Amino acid sequence: MTAAASNGAPPPAIELVGINKRFGSVQANRDVSLRVEKGTIHGIIGENGAGKSTLMSIVYGFYEADSGEIRIDGQKVNIRSSAAAIAAGIGMVHQHFMLVESFTVLENVMLGAEGGAMLKEGASKARTELLRLGTEFGLTVDPDARVGDLPVGDQQRVEILKALFRHCSILILDEPTGVLTPQETDQLFRILAALKARGVTVLLITHKLKEVLAITDHVTVMRGGEVVADRRTADTNANELAELMVGRKVRLELEKTPAAIRAVELAVDALSLVDERGVTRLHDISFNLHAGEIVGIAGVSGNGQSELLETLAGIRTPSRGSIRLRDTVISADSPSDPAAMRALGLAHVPEDRHRLGIVTGFPAWESAVLGYQRDPKLGGRFLLNRNAMTGRCEELMQGFDVRPLQPQLGSSKFSGGNQQKLILAREMACQPRVLLVGQPTRGVDIGAIEFIHREIVALRDRGVAILLVSVELDEILALADRVLVMNQGRIVGEIAGKDADERQLGLMMTGSAEQQRAAS
Amino acid sequence: MSARPSQLPRWIEIGLLPIINVLMALVVAGLILWTIGANPFEAIAILVEGAFGSGYGWGYTLYYATSFIFTGLAVSVAFHAGLFNIGGEGQAYIGGLGAGVVALAFDNLLPAPVLVPLAILAAAAFGAAWAIVPAYLQAYRGSHIVITTIMFNFLAAALMVYLLVDVFRDPGQMSTQSRTFTENATLPEMATAFGWVGIKISSTPLNLSLVWALICCVLVEIFIWRSRLGYEIRATGLAPRAAIYAGIKPARVVIIAMAISGALAGSVGVNEILGVQHRLLLEFVAGAGFTGIAVALMGRNHPFGIVLASLLFGALYQGGAELAFEIPTITREMIITIQGLIILFSGALAYMNRPWVERLYLRLVAAKAQGASSHG
Amino acid sequence: MDDTFLLALSTLAATIRMATPLIFCAMAGIFSERSGVIDIGLEGKMLAAAFAAAVVAAETGSPFIALGAAVVVATLLSLVHGYACITHRGDQVVSGVAINIVAAGLTVVLGHAWFGRGGNTPDLTPDQRLMPIKLPGADTLIEIPFIGPIYYHIISGHSLLTYVAIAIVPLVWFVLYRTRFGLRLRAAGEAPAVVDTAGIPVLRLRYMAVMIAGLLCGIAGTFLSISMNATFQKEMTAGRGFIALAAMIFGKWRPWPAFFACLLFGFLDAIAIRLQGVALPGIGHVPVPLIQALPYLFTVVLLAGFIGKAVAPKALGYPYIKER
Repeated sequence: MTAAASNGAPPPAIELVGINKRFGSVQANRDVSLRVEKGTIHGIIGENGAGKSTLMSIVYGFYEADSGEIRIDGQKVNIRSSAAAIAAGIGMVHQHFMLVESFTVLENVMLGAEGGAMLKEGASKARTELLRLGTEFGLTVDPDARVGDLPVGDQQRVEILKALFRHCSILILDEPTGVLTPQETDQLFRILAALKARGVTVLLITHKLKEVLAITDHVTVMRGGEVVADRRTADTNANELAELMVGRKVRLELEKTPAAIRAVELAVDALSLVDERGVTRLHDISFNLHAGEIVGIAGVSGNGQSELLETLAGIRTPSRGSIRLRDTVISADSPSDPAAMRALGLAHVPEDRHRLGIVTGFPAWESAVLGYQRDPKLGGRFLLNRNAMTGRCEELMQGFDVRPLQPQLGSSKFSGGNQQKLILAREMACQPRVLLVGQPTRGVDIGAIEFIHREIVALRDRGVAILLVSVELDEILALADRVLVMNQGRIVGEIAGKDADERQLGLMMTGSAEQQRAAS
Repeated sequence: MSARPSQLPRWIEIGLLPIINVLMALVVAGLILWTIGANPFEAIAILVEGAFGSGYGWGYTLYYATSFIFTGLAVSVAFHAGLFNIGGEGQAYIGGLGAGVVALAFDNLLPAPVLVPLAILAAAAFGAAWAIVPAYLQAYRGSHIVITTIMFNFLAAALMVYLLVDVFRDPGQMSTQSRTFTENATLPEMATAFGWVGIKISSTPLNLSLVWALICCVLVEIFIWRSRLGYEIRATGLAPRAAIYAGIKPARVVIIAMAISGALAGSVGVNEILGVQHRLLLEFVAGAGFTGIAVALMGRNHPFGIVLASLLFGALYQGGAELAFEIPTITREMIITIQGLIILFSGALAYMNRPWVERLYLRLVAAKAQGASSHG
Repeated sequence: MDDTFLLALSTLAATIRMATPLIFCAMAGIFSERSGVIDIGLEGKMLAAAFAAAVVAAETGSPFIALGAAVVVATLLSLVHGYACITHRGDQVVSGVAINIVAAGLTVVLGHAWFGRGGNTPDLTPDQRLMPIKLPGADTLIEIPFIGPIYYHIISGHSLLTYVAIAIVPLVWFVLYRTRFGLRLRAAGEAPAVVDTAGIPVLRLRYMAVMIAGLLCGIAGTFLSISMNATFQKEMTAGRGFIALAAMIFGKWRPWPAFFACLLFGFLDAIAIRLQGVALPGIGHVPVPLIQALPYLFTVVLLAGFIGKAVAPKALGYPYIKER
């Protein structure tokens, strides 16, 4: 590693040495070292939570590392703000675009690099420069279009143009293809190749193996905040990378009998969802959920799982297709709502525990009835009975070993695991026929994970139909009787739980399965 | 990221910090007095004496407090739903109109035991109606409730001027007010009520509305903290997305909370129109709607705190009147100034003192722990 | 000369006069709100400035020193607003309400203590005020039919500050849309995180914006007390700050449309005064208070989206917290 300087090769465009970053009790980056050669495309790949985004935020000056060094062209630099990062020649294309939607392309590009107190002069220069960059890199966008009116792919080009306009020599792209169509992705890759050809160094943060293999020169794999491997892309393959990404985790041991599958409880037929911005989040999803089985939805987060859960729970209304729960059919013409779905025997443990699952400003005994505040057992026609609520809360806490056993304590004062146990207890207590569970063990300690998993299986054995969404593959593998894989709002595959293995799921999740299928 | 949970114990969070905020407002008020050459301590003495030194003073203090309880409760109910109702002033005005319209229509037909409750209901209903329109516009048309309620204050004022000049004006009169109601449409003075049981107190504008205000406090307490709807309102105010998850409809909560808020503000009309003026006239709300904002902020949106804060503001209004009389350089507007300062320090700057109080507290706790360990 | 023509001219002249403080305040509101800070304290800042101008004019005799004092006072109140809302992330609406109420109280408290006239300040002589300016040639040109009187009554004969108000609209437009500062300011009100990632300090931008708003409210207040009137009176702004707020919203947070909304609202004010007690043929007695309520009604209707849609700056009302 140290040999580069001595044998006269140019120093790496960017080099990270021993970066550490801790948030509270979480070590987001542990001793991360990385070197990126000038004029290459370097992929950084890893699961969600592997520490990729934190690392890039440190490089771009959002966070300061607890220790470690950043070197650009061999020189140590201090990057304490975005302004410093820009000055050091770093440009970033954020996952959520940093664009002012009501501004034109030109205004967005100029913001922060106006070239003088008056816009006029800078604007004409910027316009010429945009034209030049456009032809040079195939990045054509109408400079006078309102950014909010542009398709997502064009908005991303504006982000790239912004960075190039600031003369960046290092361009970081954070999950750039998550929002793109396949055609747009192809175009993006052509642009990246053009950038590389002109000496720009590109860092591509992604979880998609296919992309890394298609375009990068080098790839760094991260897992659990650490760098686990560095490979020349030419020397590796999808299987190896998937294995490195997911790792050989200890498979959670769980006593589980084969599922005794009964009647269909929930039938989803050709369900599609278009969100308020006109983006199609769910494409034509169909599956049946039977009493007594756990169906796991595997997928990298952001591929429609959240939307699927919310639609099934009645929070969103389907755009096309239908959901049949018992004898009720829910569709765009006969929408439902969360209260009605609950009344039909559907319980929901939401993914976003903090914002949806509890009211952090409530004491535990009030959060313990959230969604069931109209339950006749909890009071009279108008009033809630505090004793009944506290009693209910205490029962739930005892049943699920929530600690501390203090219903009066504020909901926010419980640890993540105990909050989750309380929510699970609440949702399981009402004898549901269908249970939707999102990320049941995210941010939950190991002991609580086992407990929660056992409870979910016990509920299945009592004949409840369970839909489990998780980005943790080992969780899906431990619990699911059947696995559906989601990618870009579609169900791209189904495997029986006992046949599934991580690598295969990983390939399907990252959209490399078609490639495999095509190859075989 | 969600807000960092406070490291402070409850007594600091809901006791000490609010008191520090109010004290800062009062210190600034003291500086203002000192600037205009008045002695703040003398002023406080006169103010307290004026507000609480006599049955007469108490009567006025409580009379003012009555209106503030209504408007303070109004602001707080909306606040629990996550809404800022600046329209208390206009809702109170229209509430008074409701009471007055019913009184004028029926005071020769119905006996007091029928008419007075009817007029009280009308005050609440008119106030609620004036609040429901902005609520509806927020819930279904997306207009911002703060701006709409401000506009509705002015619309209420214009409407009242129009009605009193062109519709309700007593034909024989030049001044813009209606005829005086008959006895049937008046709420007895507290002095009269006490007289029924043989207790003699000074005759002041204080009337039975205070009893209604206190009943409203109890009702609001029960509604907000113990009812199913209150639960839904608080859930919506604290965590809108969790509320939707829980099957609560936000639009419905907005409309119900604002209707109740408006009804409470409208009840100012009970105190002023049925209790004191016994006729319809202009400007009888006199800023009580805005005082309600200060009262709710100071009382931390809790009925008990609101009663205390209303008492304080009642005392400021009554004592302030005495003060203006005793020290000619001070005017009653000093009270308005203090009110504004309390809104500033208890509302907009509510978190200003938290960082240093927290640091101080943690240091004290650490020192104490160290002291204990070194001794033990 | 035709009476109707003269009446029309004087009504239009009054419209411009009435619109002057509205224009300053609406432009103030545009600056503050386009940067993302709600400003319902326009009324209070204008009132405090009116008081300061009247006091200083009476004490120094110079209307220009008075203008300076008014600007300083209003800007200080802006800084209080900024300190509460930008630095301490306090509620912007609550802070604005507080400023309005403090100003309403304090102006009378101080005025009474200093001058003892029930809150009024001493009457100002013409040389202590900013008086109407007769433009060159007004007296001779008046003889020219039609154009002459228009020049005499509408173009000429206003306070210096009225001309400033009209000049300031293109200036505000220019600053907002043609300068670096304006670009950044508008971006701060739409997407502060974008501004931050571009390496520009958001909080400083917002402080600048609210201070400019203070400056403009200061001029508005000065106009009220030492130009349109010859003294400060208790609550003399009489809701004009809110009318200006309405005009700003009605103009969809843009300078030119807001300017025309100010003229419209000024016109309503001018005719309301003229219609007081007048019975029009066919209509009869005109309900003047209802005419005065029209600006508020228009704003409510507009906000509800019944006539076009007023879209506020996206980040309006949200304090900027750097994501971490």
